[in-house]
Amino acid sequence: MMKTISRLRYKYWPDQIFGEILQKSWMETAVPLAVLIFTIVFFSTQIENFISPANLSDNFRQASELGFVVLGISLVLIVGGIDLSVASIFALCNLLVLYCMHVWQLPLPASIAITLVFGGLLGAVNGILIGYFRMRAFLTTMVTLIVFKSIHDLINVKVAVPISSNFPDSPMWDTMGYGSILSVPTAVWAFGIVALFCHILLTRLRPGWWLLAVGGNRRSAYNIGLPVNRIVALSYVASGALTSASAIFYAARLASPGADTGVGLEITVLTAAILGGIRLGGGKGSVMKAILGTLIILLLTNGLLRMATSAGTARIILATILLLAAALDIRWFKNRHKAVQEMYVSPAYLKLPEMPDDVAAPNAAFAPNDRLKNVETIGLGMIEAPEDVILDADDNLYSGNRHGEIIRFFAPDYKRHEVYARIGGQPLGMAFDAGYNLYVCVGGMGLYRVTADREVELITDETNRSLLSVIDDSRLKLADDLDILPDGRILFSEATVRYEMHEWQTDALEGRGNGRIILYDPKHKKTTTVLRHLTFPNGIVLGSDGQSILFAESWKCSIKRYWFDGPKKGDVEMVIDNLLGYPDNINVASDGNFWLAIMGMRSQVFDLAMRKPGFRRRMAKQLPGDEWLAPNINTGCIVKFNEAGEILDVLWDMHGENHPMITSMREHKGYLYIGGIYNNRIGRIKLDGADETFVSSGKYHVG
Amino acid sequence: MKKSVNSLKLDQQTIVTGLFLVIFLMFAIFLPGFFTAGNLLVLIRSVSVLGILGLGMAIVVIGRGIDLSMIATLSVPAALVMTLAAAGYHPVVAILAGLAFSIATGIVNGVLVAYAEIPALFTTLAVGIGIAGIGQSGMFEYDIIAWPVELDSIAWIGRGKIFGLPYSILAFAAAALIVHVFLKKTRLGFFIYAIGDNLSAARITGVRARPIIILQYVMSAGIALFAGLVLSASSNSMDTRIFNLTWIYDVILVVVLGGIGLSGGRGGVMNVIIGTILIGTIVNGMTILNVSFQGQNLVRGLILLSALLLDSIVNPRNEETAKQGDI
Repeated sequence: MMKTISRLRYKYWPDQIFGEILQKSWMETAVPLAVLIFTIVFFSTQIENFISPANLSDNFRQASELGFVVLGISLVLIVGGIDLSVASIFALCNLLVLYCMHVWQLPLPASIAITLVFGGLLGAVNGILIGYFRMRAFLTTMVTLIVFKSIHDLINVKVAVPISSNFPDSPMWDTMGYGSILSVPTAVWAFGIVALFCHILLTRLRPGWWLLAVGGNRRSAYNIGLPVNRIVALSYVASGALTSASAIFYAARLASPGADTGVGLEITVLTAAILGGIRLGGGKGSVMKAILGTLIILLLTNGLLRMATSAGTARIILATILLLAAALDIRWFKNRHKAVQEMYVSPAYLKLPEMPDDVAAPNAAFAPNDRLKNVETIGLGMIEAPEDVILDADDNLYSGNRHGEIIRFFAPDYKRHEVYARIGGQPLGMAFDAGYNLYVCVGGMGLYRVTADREVELITDETNRSLLSVIDDSRLKLADDLDILPDGRILFSEATVRYEMHEWQTDALEGRGNGRIILYDPKHKKTTTVLRHLTFPNGIVLGSDGQSILFAESWKCSIKRYWFDGPKKGDVEMVIDNLLGYPDNINVASDGNFWLAIMGMRSQVFDLAMRKPGFRRRMAKQLPGDEWLAPNINTGCIVKFNEAGEILDVLWDMHGENHPMITSMREHKGYLYIGGIYNNRIGRIKLDGADETFVSSGKYHVG
Repeated sequence: MKKSVNSLKLDQQTIVTGLFLVIFLMFAIFLPGFFTAGNLLVLIRSVSVLGILGLGMAIVVIGRGIDLSMIATLSVPAALVMTLAAAGYHPVVAILAGLAFSIATGIVNGVLVAYAEIPALFTTLAVGIGIAGIGQSGMFEYDIIAWPVELDSIAWIGRGKIFGLPYSILAFAAAALIVHVFLKKTRLGFFIYAIGDNLSAARITGVRARPIIILQYVMSAGIALFAGLVLSASSNSMDTRIFNLTWIYDVILVVVLGGIGLSGGRGGVMNVIIGTILIGTIVNGMTILNVSFQGQNLVRGLILLSALLLDSIVNPRNEETAKQGDI
């Protein structure tokens, strides 16, 4: 009974989703968002009409004005600086735009342009001092704050009266100040557009990435050749220009050349940015955070003001909330990845059939033997991690290695070798088309092609995103093996969408259907997922009917058949459901049957653990990763089977000396070539009575 | 011999000292009435409160923090002392109450910085706002508290003179001496340098960094209270609304201008004194020149800017030596 409940719970309760949601980068913004929601709820219960249209529009107008400055300071913070001088830049720009409009009576666009340029220039003063002269941002902008402020005070005395005694005749100017477009205040429109642009800049455009790179690690940014000085300087220019934009709207609304304009603004915007979760020290921040911080600080101050609290009480409350929010956000920022680590691994219930118990019997299907004892070794010590091996028409031998290259060993003796192509990621399954272009699944990168001229080309590294998947499964994380179909399409497996290649053991521990089979159509250059929720789909081979493939599901210890064409199109059938170990690559044999590599052997303990998801879950939470239970991948064997699922032959290396670890094999002209991902060699063994003209690959053209 | 060459290196302290000497000489030569004993005393006296605050700030900055709440902790606890004394409490009780208040403030700052790991800039800013708020929410009857006669027994710290030297200068000197001994001669002072230089290395070597960080803020709050008492004794009142940020900027400038780097672990009391006197000289000279307040700010700002600029040209920071996260 309990077992059933447990099974159902692990089968249907979407455990993995919590970890996946927590892992999303937008979860970083959870605390500011919660604070904002709390603020709104609190004030709307305390104050009548707090969320009335009039009040909202008023709040949003002010928030937009403030938001410009917060955006500016956020850009500077992201680069790793700070800009205290915004308060004085704001005051000076306010004076300038008022003087342009009121006294000089310039047209509106000219006034705006002049003010924006002026703000940018003031920012450039900071930028040049900090970016090019490497002065300390905090001190420099503090001093420029004082300098700009005193300039403002000196000028203000002279221009205040002329500004107040003239009025511009510009309806546009009034619209900017207190008008609305489609009942949304003008300032909100302007801010929305600018914020959207900044968001795109930071998340999608190269200059934005440069900002983040410089803030994240100045030294590395410098070392990879980014113009660090210029990027830093430009961030201050942007801050100055955005501040002047804010001042323009402020001036349009209030038309006040007050002596106290902008005093303390630097504190308000800094507070907003930090409350939003933008970190001092650089490298972290987003437009969303800036906006959230702005809204929080504005709603808080306005709300407290409207609750008619005394200035003193308001300050105490404000300070307390600021500190609480910051403390919470910092805890969250610091510990989120730990929570993700604990939550992300979510084992599923996986019941394997009882292991065949008569392994040792002389006539048992998997009875051990020592036929791999006499394997010849190729490239001993010269190759690392040959997951798959393949041969071309001239009998040259190809294999990937751990360093992200494809190595070619030359026929006939395979003593000489060269780097055939550099890929950059670990090459896994390989296939030749009829033109001897080599198609390779590359872990972490996708499906690649090395043409006969040795050009490396990307075929596909993304597929359609599943509608309901929380993690972004459009990128290929672990493309594993492929085969080319008669019409030139390519079917390949992706072992897991939840883990990177080096984390395959964790996927084994989960035993969940995280993998899929993907179809690439070269005619339309389209990639689509055709089968989902497979448990570590691995080897793929075209069936004898040319309408189906056989594929291995490693952690399920089974081989299945999938029809991609013909009358049974879309069907999946079990071929072998109870292998002795974890199946890896499958390839054709010269007699029409199939070779299957078993990369590791099942054990009773691991099988039992797979039926105890709660146990594995506790293990993943409480133990460090290197103490987790892992499937045995030390010893394997090669199996020959037919499409009916009968085991025809088994090849073992009983003493584990020559070739115990096997992930792939390929029959070629009477020999079987053997690869293993943990090996430093490729194996070769003569097959008795095999067709000596048989070549396994290069049958079909792609496209 | 080599050592003397090294010691002539143009670091910021040397630059600022040189700048100070140049300005001082210029004023002394060209400005009648500047180089007189009376004026020089006025000069130092006018900046002694700033200097005392600078000493407190120096402790925190050497420990790689910053304390923006100092102006609030200068005014509110001092006003508390005066209010309690005026209400009839014994001066000792009043002072102890003020001290307890400022120590509590320092502990709040320190705990939030050391344990909650909120950046010091933000913590002390918010705490400053909060303390100012406490001062404004019915704790005092008026915004400006007059110096009560009950405290006249200690009024000399801001008013009196001994051998022609105002006590406020002596207060600065005494505070400087105490802070100097603390920083250079005690183990805790040494730990503060270690923490400021490299927090994680200090912790690995076994320094209990967090309590010491709290101690920094407690000390700066205590020093701020002392400065507050000196200030209110000399001006005969305390304005609890001086939650005014330009003043805290002056304090930071005094500290940093003298050569105490904001990245921590460098400098000492001498740097604060040089910075303080430089500011005092500039302000004093310009006051004699009858430059307006805004004009003074401008000139002072430009001089500071050129000092910082000169330093960064002479001692350039580069990508290899800059610490990540410095602002």
